Parts: sequence; structure tokens; C-alpha cells
Amino acid sequence: MESKQAGPERISPSNCAGRGCGGGDTLDRLPAAIRERVHNHPCFSADAHHHYARMHVAVAPACNIQCHYCNRKYDCANESRPGVVSELLEPQQAAAKVAAVAAHIPQLAVVGIAGPGDPLANPERTFATFRLIAERTPDLRLCVSTNGLALPETVDTLCRYNIEHVTVTINCLDPDIGAEIYPWVFWNNRRVRGRKGAEILIEQQQLGLERLVERGMLVKVNSVLIPGVNDQHLTEVSRAVKAKGAFLHNLMPLIAAPEHGTFYGLMGQRAPRASELRALQTACAGEMAIMRHCKQCRADAVGMLGDDRSAEFTRERIATLEIDDDAALARRAATREAIERRRQAATPALVPVATLSPPRPTTRAARIAVASSDGRRVDQHFGQAERFLVYEVDEQGERLLDDRPLARYCNGAEHCDEDDDALAPALAALADCAMVLCARIGLTPWEGLEAAGIRPNGELAMSPIEQALHAAHRELADLGALSVDEPQCATLSA
Amino acid sequence: MALKITAGCVNCWACEPLCPSAAIEPASPHFYIDPVACCECAGTYAEPQCASICPIEGAIVDACGGALNPPGSLTGIPPDLLEQARARIRAR
Repeated sequence: MESKQAGPERISPSNCAGRGCGGGDTLDRLPAAIRERVHNHPCFSADAHHHYARMHVAVAPACNIQCHYCNRKYDCANESRPGVVSELLEPQQAAAKVAAVAAHIPQLAVVGIAGPGDPLANPERTFATFRLIAERTPDLRLCVSTNGLALPETVDTLCRYNIEHVTVTINCLDPDIGAEIYPWVFWNNRRVRGRKGAEILIEQQQLGLERLVERGMLVKVNSVLIPGVNDQHLTEVSRAVKAKGAFLHNLMPLIAAPEHGTFYGLMGQRAPRASELRALQTACAGEMAIMRHCKQCRADAVGMLGDDRSAEFTRERIATLEIDDDAALARRAATREAIERRRQAATPALVPVATLSPPRPTTRAARIAVASSDGRRVDQHFGQAERFLVYEVDEQGERLLDDRPLARYCNGAEHCDEDDDALAPALAALADCAMVLCARIGLTPWEGLEAAGIRPNGELAMSPIEQALHAAHRELADLGALSVDEPQCATLSA
Repeated sequence: MALKITAGCVNCWACEPLCPSAAIEPASPHFYIDPVACCECAGTYAEPQCASICPIEGAIVDACGGALNPPGSLTGIPPDLLEQARARIRAR
């Protein structure tokens, strides 16, 4: 079961300032491009959790490992712990619940699958759910949490579903320590026990982490601090996962009470003291960005962090709700705009990286093309775009230059060989662009674009265009493609 | 020859998709193995799949009522060493 770690404290957002999460955002230390991608994710950005809501849908019951901090008897209405849910949902029910919550809580930004088992041990249910959610509520970001055992072979599918964030629970790198945490794993149709099982799990976690990072996925690592087991070991874990490209480390305290029925709870394993957790977080903060605002939510939590509203959205109630998806989408967009205006006004330090620079522009403008079906978000597959919006973007803002139609090069299965000829109209239309933003793109067109000096970018999928353009411009600037002194090839010359 | 699910089952679903005979179905109060369809994975897997992933000791039994996962087999701690293990863990 994934991150079946329980937090006894339920902290309302208004209390946060006094609890150590209301001040600066740990994400300040991250590169701008990553900050942009997690800017409105309440679980990643300590500032965002004051403004945006998230929900988990409990569609994944099965688990392929046993953790000593987890009890597989997960059905409970009263406990607030990871892995605990009130009811299991079918993918259709989950998508309906998401649509209902999204219509009633316009701050909803993120939908995750975190159990109650391991989402990747239930791939059909998990991915069917993501597909249905993307159809009905396309603006919501999707994320998934896993123990990592089935991760390496699922990476391709995760990327196909356009999931932007993955959390992997990694408690150790040493199989001897692992054997104290994981009594067994289910691997290749056998139960593998003890050190050997832990060794397999650790290998799979590390391989999965590497593959995700290679594919440009944002990876957060969760670790459960277990006194006397991995407390001395977690700084090493932190160093290792940072070296492999995880962008954030979330150190969580073990929750072990006899009434939870977990092995640790029944055996009298103690939880860490708050001072122990803080000391470890501080020790690891030298290694990488550390998260301190995690509320260790239920696997069916709904709403703002620390303010669970899952009880309001029962299946019975959802069945009675009439939802206008388009109206709800518009309301969420308006809510986000208002939130971002407030955040910019309230936290000038977070906002304009540009204002910290000298007043004279240090980068040139760039032409950036966007594949968008509605002119608001980067939401189209490159091969399915019938037109591209071309913008001129500089440090001050963006200006729409052109709406360029082109012959669609992907006409379905019959013609879908993605050969060079099919790509030609797009290359011609985008010849003067430095970058093209799309929701997804195949390998062949990716390579064709790169060969033509146009950078493909699928990492800003579903972002509002304005926000995506600024991030893209910064990325180009960071790559040195826009320096004022050195005019570059295809950027502005056409 | 068929396996059986007992009242210890926590309805976690782990076994259901693994059964090569599609003999397992959700039921109340707990999952159920169709005794006609179940062949204990004979000829397909070396070990019965449901019992190889089941997280609950004693939840799956054979025709004679013997637990495929007896006490201590899933925690990794034999019953006679339980108190010793508890003392070691409490000292952490």
C-alpha cells in the first residue's frame, strides 16, 4: 500500500503560519521551469496549499508489497491517514466524483491516485480513471503515488497519459534496512520475502526514478522516518534521490498506534518525536528541497490540505447533482486567475524573476508556437493540431502574431506513419519559431522539429497559454538561446 | 481441489486479478473462490497466486482447512519469537 503513513494532526490552513509552513516556500530554491509546473500544486508548493485544493480518488485497492506501517484493512470513515478510505470507486464513479468536486470547489487543481493500494498494481483501473478524468475535466493536473515496484515498466504509460507528477515512496537504499520495513513483495508471480524482496523493491524504485526523470517527469520522493530503522539512513537516501533528479523530498513521520492494526503499531514501534523529524528535515535540507507542509492525507481526501471535505461527496449525493462541465471549467479558470492575481500582489518575492534583473532586457524576444484547441490552454497533440498560434514573447509579455492553419498531418490510423513528408507542412508553418508547445508529441515529429532547429516542448501541457509562454521563454533564456549579444539561428530571423 | 477464502479476508482485491482461472469474485462479507473453477493454479504457476499475494495470514485455506499463509509467515516473525521481536522493536 502506498504511503500508508498517517498524520494525527489535522491542521486547518489558517493555522499554518504558526505551524511552520506559512512563511517562505521551499520551492523558491527550485529552477524557475519546475516552479512554474508546481506553482498551483498544493502538495508540492507550501504557498499553493493555501489557495488550491486537491483530491484523491480511491480506485486502486490491490497492493503488491507489504509495509510494516500499513494495515490492508483500509475501510474507515473516521481515521485520517494515508491508505484509509471510506469506499472504493470504479473508474466511472471516480470521474463523476471528480467532476462533482470540480464543480463545487473551483480551487480544485489536482487529482491524484494514491491507493488505498498501489495505483500501479492496479494499472487498468488507475489509467481508465485518468482517461475519464482528462475527458471531463481537462484542466485538472493528474498525479500518482506509488511504492515503485511496478514503476519501471509503467513509465511509458504514465507519460502517455500526460501525468505530470509522480510520487515514489522510498524508505531506504539498503536491503538490510528494507527487510525491517517490507516483509515481502509480490514479484514475478511469487512472494519474495525478507532481504531479497527488499532488494528487488529498492532496485525497481531506483530504476523507476531514473526513467521518470529521463522522461522529464517531476518526481517527488516520500520517505517515512522510522526511529531505529532508517533514521540514520535517510540523509543518504535524500542525497541519492537528489542526484538522480527527484525535485522534492518529503520526510514524513511514522504513525504507529496499536488501534491502526499495523505491524509496527501492534509491535510497539515508536513514532519519531517532532524534534527528530525537524532535525532530519534540516539535515536533508542541505541536500535538496525539503517539504514540510505535508498533511499525510487519506487516499480519498477532498479539498484544501488539512480540511477534508470527502464526507460531502458521497456516491449518493453525487448521483443527485446536475453538473455543467463547461460552466464549471470556466468558473475554475476565473478562480485561478483571481488566485494568481492575489498571490502576485501578496508575494512579490515569488513573482517577477524579471524584476530582479537589470531594467534593460537581457534576453531577446522569441517566437513560440502553441497547439491549442481553445486559445486558452496548451491542450493539443502536436500531430492533431490543425493550426498553431504563434506568439512573440519577451520578458515583458507576449503578443499574438499569427493563427496559422495547416493540413493536419495525422489523419488517423491509415496515414499515421508519422513520416517526414507528413511533417513538412508543420515544419514550413513553424520555420520561424524557436519552440513549439503542445500537449503531447510523438518521437518522429519530435526529432523532425529538433532537426529543423525548433524545440518541441510537451512539458507545459494543459497550462494556460500565457503562463506556458512565460515559462517557455525562460527556458529558452536559460538554454542561452536568447542572449542579446549572440543572435541565434531560427529564432527571429524569418 | 480448491482453495477457500475465510473470514480473515479484508477485501483488498489483490487476489482477484491474478487468478488464472477467474475463480475469485467479490462477495459479501468477503471475496469468494468458486470451488468448481479453482484448480489451485495447478499447471499454471508453481504457487497458488491468491495465496502468494494475500496480505492476511490464515485468510486462504486449502480443502482440509490448512492455512496457506500460517501465523508468522507474512510478518516474517515466527510466533515463538514474537515476544523477543516485540522487545527489540520497543527498544528503538
